[in-house]
Amino acid sequence: MFNYYLRLALLSIRRNPILSGLMVAAIALGIGASMTTITVNYLMSSNPIPQKSEQLYYVQVDSWDPNNPAEEPNEPPDQLTWTDANNLYAAQKAERQVIMATTAAVVEPPSQDAKPFNAYIRLTTNEFFPMFDVPFLYGGHWQASADKGREQVVVLSRKSNDKIFGGENSVGRSLRLAGRQFTVVGVLESWYPAPKFYDVGTGAFDEPEDLYIPFLLKEELQLPNGGNTNCWKTPEEDSFAGFLRSECIHYQMWVELPNEQDKQAYLAFLNNYANEQKALGRFSRPLNNRLSDVMQWMENRQVVTDDARVMLWLSLMFLVVCLLNTVGLLLAKFSGKSAEIGLRRAIGASRQALFYQHLVETACIGLTGGIAGLALAYLGLLGIGSLYGSFADNLTSLDINMVLLALLLSLISSIAAGLYPTWRACSIAPASQLKSQ
Amino acid sequence: MLNMQNVTKIFRTDLVETRALSDFNLHVKEGEFVTVTGPSGSGKTTFLNIAGLLESFDDGVYDLDGQNVRHLNDTQRSRLRNEKIGFIFQSFNLIPDLDLFDNVDVPLRYRGFNSSERKRRIERCLELVGLANRMKHLPAQLSGGQQQRVAIARALAGEPRFLLADEPTGNLDSKMAHSVMQLLKDINDEGTTIVMVTHDPSLAREAKRNIFVKDGKVSDVTHITASTPEQVASISASGACHV
Ligand SMILES: Nc1ncnc2c1ncn2[C@@H]1O[C@H](COP(=O)(O)OP(=O)(O)OP(=O)(O)O)[C@@H](O)[C@H]1O
Ligand SMILES: [Mg+2]
Repeated sequence: MFNYYLRLALLSIRRNPILSGLMVAAIALGIGASMTTITVNYLMSSNPIPQKSEQLYYVQVDSWDPNNPAEEPNEPPDQLTWTDANNLYAAQKAERQVIMATTAAVVEPPSQDAKPFNAYIRLTTNEFFPMFDVPFLYGGHWQASADKGREQVVVLSRKSNDKIFGGENSVGRSLRLAGRQFTVVGVLESWYPAPKFYDVGTGAFDEPEDLYIPFLLKEELQLPNGGNTNCWKTPEEDSFAGFLRSECIHYQMWVELPNEQDKQAYLAFLNNYANEQKALGRFSRPLNNRLSDVMQWMENRQVVTDDARVMLWLSLMFLVVCLLNTVGLLLAKFSGKSAEIGLRRAIGASRQALFYQHLVETACIGLTGGIAGLALAYLGLLGIGSLYGSFADNLTSLDINMVLLALLLSLISSIAAGLYPTWRACSIAPASQLKSQ
Repeated sequence: MLNMQNVTKIFRTDLVETRALSDFNLHVKEGEFVTVTGPSGSGKTTFLNIAGLLESFDDGVYDLDGQNVRHLNDTQRSRLRNEKIGFIFQSFNLIPDLDLFDNVDVPLRYRGFNSSERKRRIERCLELVGLANRMKHLPAQLSGGQQQRVAIARALAGEPRFLLADEPTGNLDSKMAHSVMQLLKDINDEGTTIVMVTHDPSLAREAKRNIFVKDGKVSDVTHITASTPEQVASISASGACHV
């Protein structure tokens, strides 16, 4: 019977192509708009490292102004001072730990043809790569000794390896960075975590940095600050070293803690550290240290922006408007079919059979609208991509879940829109339509 | 076969109440061919719609094939319509974008026959009405008489025991009308009970019995050819498509 209904549905859709086209268009617009915003919200709130997001914790210690919280109502600062980052790292109390910051410097490629360029650099420690499951194309990360020894080694993103070395295996080759000679130890595979969870400070959907170098080179090469720097009191000395010693926050720390016990132990360690610092005259605020796992941290940083949420609701409302339109169009369409419905009733179709027949028809229209809506959503995402720049690569892909969701949404919404018209059509008394004509 | 006692139908609108049928009494036996005549507005169509379970009624008793239909639900009524009753309407009521084959197919679909059974029945019935070679034509490509023949084929395809026709020849010229009438008589000879509403007295006379409806009541019954109950009973009750 389903095949029969399907055939009747296609016939009926062909019978009034304009009306059918309008319905498909209404559903497509609604689905297109809502799928665009749903996808953006979905990707914004997706887990960038599901396999271990509950074992990675962002570290916050409250080193802030005794008189004001870093953020209302009583949030600890979102980054660490140089002093705290180095102390906590040196303690090595977690399974793995990483401290990091962003900077920028000029890269001079070895080849004469390639021009020097300003590169975005992540200063980090060697466990960054295994901790965040960063995939390597060539080579690997540097060793802990390179961190300690402030060795001039570099890991390149795939993109910058393409740019500097034409995509060759460049491990062992050298390049000039910030006026010094660096040796390449590894090249990453394409890696675009979205959100860029390990540092959302400069834009949760920015591309990862071009180059990665050992953290302590910050001091060694007196590299400038990238990203955000906040100070609750002005540095006492004017020099670079003075700035490092100040209470300004600019550094991030993540720790890997495999289980709850480890987490509690680490928190105790942080509190202990804060108390030690109190004894030294720092950390005047009440104890307020925090460990947030990846998704908690994304929530805390409001990675899904309010804009995106508002757009989501607006687009869902738009979908409702489109569906109300579809209800009207379906009423018109089915009332044009009342003669046929009356006839089918008279020669033996039950109300149920007719209801089913028209539901199949509505679902066909809905699915067609859904597919057209997906195409619109794709265009919408391209549009958003071009507005947000590099956001495009990470956020504007429609994965299979989204495609299925779109089809399901269009099916459900068209059936919802079709219920009332279908019910009306089927409650036509069989006799009333047969006299006329 | 069909037994109505004191059936009353009142149409109510906000302003008026119309007594379309009042105390309507009729008994139609298996295998009969009854024609119904009467002035316009007398309640003929209303009677036929009630007889065909297309419409409910307000009072009285209606037994179809020994079954009281008063309290059947929609699905049961649809099923009875589908299995026992064939309809022929004045304005053919074919579905314009289905070809003849698919039009005759409609009642069979709801009956749940498999496709070879449906095909067999459709081809037989279209052959019976002389249109087997036009199966893939659309209704618009046929003359009025041919369209009515398709409607008859559709009514017969389910092999109903009971055929209801509301002015089936009303839209046809008299030559066509007589050929449709002849077809109905042939079908009746095969054992199908027929009730036909007509305005044409010459057609009405061709049936075995004619009832005259006036003001929602049967006011006169004329037996045109005497047919004893034994004769009626001797006619096979099998469907008309078994030619
Ligand atoms: N749906 C309805 N609502 C209100 N009144 C109705 C309805 N259908 C029929 N009637 C009224 O019931 C009465 C009988 O109508 P019916 O259609 O049965 O007449 P008829 O004998 O078939 O007439 P005709 O020969 O013109 O077809 C008429 O007075 C008509 O106005
Ligand atoms: Mg009438």
